[in-house]
Amino acid sequence: MSASHIESVERLAVREQFDTAEQQKDAATLGMWIFLVTEVMFFGGMFCAYTVYRSFFPNTFGRASSSLNATLGAINTAVLICSSLTMVLAVHFAQLGRRKLIVLFLILTMLIGGVFLGIKAYEWHEKFVEHHVPGPSFHLEGEALQGQAQLFFTLYFAMTGLHALHMVIGIGILTVLAIQAWKGKFSPAYYSPVDIAGLYWHFVDIIWIFLFPLLYLIDRHMPK
Amino acid sequence: MITAAAEERQTYLNESYGIKSWLLTKDHKRIALLYLATITLFFFIGGIFATIIRIELLTPRGDLVSSETYNKMFTMHGVIMIFFFLIPSIPATLGNFFIPMMIGARDLAFPKINLLSWYLLVAGGLFAIFAMLAGGVDTGWTFYTPFSSSYSNTYVVATVVGVFIAGFSSILTGLNFIVTIHTMRAPGMTWFRLPLFVWAHYATSIIQVLGTPVLAITLTLVGVERIFHIGVFDPAYGGDPVLFQHLFWFYSHPAVYIMVLPAMGVLSELVSTFSKKQVFGYAFVAFSSVAIAILGFLVWGHHMFVSGQSAYASLVFSFLSYFVAIPSAIKVFNWTATLYKGSISYATPMLYAFGFIGLFTMGGLTGLYVAALGVDVHVTDTYFVVAHFHYIMVGGAIMGYLGGLHYWWPKMSGRMYPEGWAKLSALVIFLGFNLTFFPQFILGYLGMPRRYHVYPDEFQVLHVLSTAGASVLAVGYVIPLIYFIWSLRHGKMAGANPWGATGLEWKTPSPPPTHNFEETPVIRHEAYDYAALMEEEANVR
Repeated sequence: MSASHIESVERLAVREQFDTAEQQKDAATLGMWIFLVTEVMFFGGMFCAYTVYRSFFPNTFGRASSSLNATLGAINTAVLICSSLTMVLAVHFAQLGRRKLIVLFLILTMLIGGVFLGIKAYEWHEKFVEHHVPGPSFHLEGEALQGQAQLFFTLYFAMTGLHALHMVIGIGILTVLAIQAWKGKFSPAYYSPVDIAGLYWHFVDIIWIFLFPLLYLIDRHMPK
Repeated sequence: MITAAAEERQTYLNESYGIKSWLLTKDHKRIALLYLATITLFFFIGGIFATIIRIELLTPRGDLVSSETYNKMFTMHGVIMIFFFLIPSIPATLGNFFIPMMIGARDLAFPKINLLSWYLLVAGGLFAIFAMLAGGVDTGWTFYTPFSSSYSNTYVVATVVGVFIAGFSSILTGLNFIVTIHTMRAPGMTWFRLPLFVWAHYATSIIQVLGTPVLAITLTLVGVERIFHIGVFDPAYGGDPVLFQHLFWFYSHPAVYIMVLPAMGVLSELVSTFSKKQVFGYAFVAFSSVAIAILGFLVWGHHMFVSGQSAYASLVFSFLSYFVAIPSAIKVFNWTATLYKGSISYATPMLYAFGFIGLFTMGGLTGLYVAALGVDVHVTDTYFVVAHFHYIMVGGAIMGYLGGLHYWWPKMSGRMYPEGWAKLSALVIFLGFNLTFFPQFILGYLGMPRRYHVYPDEFQVLHVLSTAGASVLAVGYVIPLIYFIWSLRHGKMAGANPWGATGLEWKTPSPPPTHNFEETPVIRHEAYDYAALMEEEANVR
């Protein structure tokens, strides 16, 4: 690839409001970081509600938590960390401009994300069968405070549901990127869409890293 | 010469025509005008509800509307005015239009996201309008649980969805501004050469980005609770309604600063331009905006002194609330000091600026009353509080908005508004405003509760005064609507810099070309450097 070719590719990819490709990349990256800050605050509202209610009803929350399938939760944590690895590799190959490898690792990331959602769906199904979905037919064995236990499961479904929604959106974004990558849109001079999609994907991962212990593991230290 | 050239010259207004060229535009200036039209519509819709409220309160008995309808009137007045007018008002119109121009950029960093944020506001507004037409909502703009989640039999979910969507409009605007101010400044435009308008919007954007998501998730939880009948804030399940209040005010107190900080930014521009002096204590005014944004997040509990939160929490919130007075006072003192030995002119924008300083000071000082624990218990949920926040939001934010609109109108439209009419309406608004809301301080102090449409006979005189004032105020708001539209065709041509102002936005022709600047400007002077401006003009001659 000649120098003038790189230059023209660079100029094509710079939108009219920016002076340089570097400025455009800085703006995109900062924009994504700020978006992630808003996401922290968005999830933060629910983490706050969780913290308050858990401090009100520690025992009920512990008992409700122990009904979750920690093994599946742990497997899913590992699955999600693997997807972060493939995402990093996709970004890495985007920086190098290796078209086929970008596509490969984006698709791998999506597939592993799909596995996570599949396991999650199975867990939700289990909860449904066990009458652990908040509502009129809710029942948690051996728990005196049924209402408070429902509160735990309301938060469980709201938080994991919102997290799963973010995964679905993430997979949607990666699909678009994979198509664009296949068409050869990304080069060492222009790869920031893959880069900032990576930021988003890792963020969604990190949310899960907090959700897993707070939802699945809080009764582990309690006397049985 | 300018007039003749303007007919030929390509501007952002005549660059293309047709509805599609507006609805699909990515030009921040056109999007600002889309916002301007939208929020003007919402302002007058919200005004209709205010009119019904004030007419009902003319007499001590409920003659015009039932109590249920009255509840819906003040709810929809609040929801529309706050979420669909005040929050987007200055940032989405004047900020959108002028931040890129002030920093020497061709557009915001993300023009498509900018357009998206307008569509989100419209979509949210449609939900709110649907809720109004379908039967209204009666929770108060605060959506307090458990009333909103369990008991209210009105269109809470549609309204909440509307506010949720409009919230994302606000988040995206804030995000766009922060990124733009960080990455798009022209060469030589250092942080401390930025106009104070930009600093104020930077602080506002921080609040929008940090606060709004919390409101979004809180309203989502209310919606979830309402739709699925599961307890999130419902005491029957062990849920805590006061938690809702905490989450709600975590956004909604800082939201007050989303409304008033941009107006403070406008004020700095107006006071400097119309006294031809550099703003006194530039760095203090700039940092006081940031200080207000930060402190604003630490005082939400002062809305909840009677909610049953712990007395110690109330004590701390009360104490911290007083700190907000410091940066606010810094601004007021510095604007006043800017006037000292300035060459002051009394053009319409400056009249609004004076109005702002006076009314904001009153609103701020009465804020100290309600931040004091003992006094607040006496005036909680009375007209004293209503008067206090209208002095900030109407006397402060709307005065700033109208001042800014008059100031930049020549740049936006290329034409002058009629100065005589404008001065008259500024005066009418000032008098009407005070007549409307000053009696409400007395009413509240005497014990008139807010959100009631019947009241004891002895309050009638003050209520009649207030309603009379509201009528005057309404006239004051309609006059500018008429003459602004009139001026689009018949106003005098403005020229590039009718006020002799220093900002970069005045260095382009009026109205500006699509890309704002022929070439990226290079900045060599501090903000508000009138000596440098005069030198430049002398060189041109």
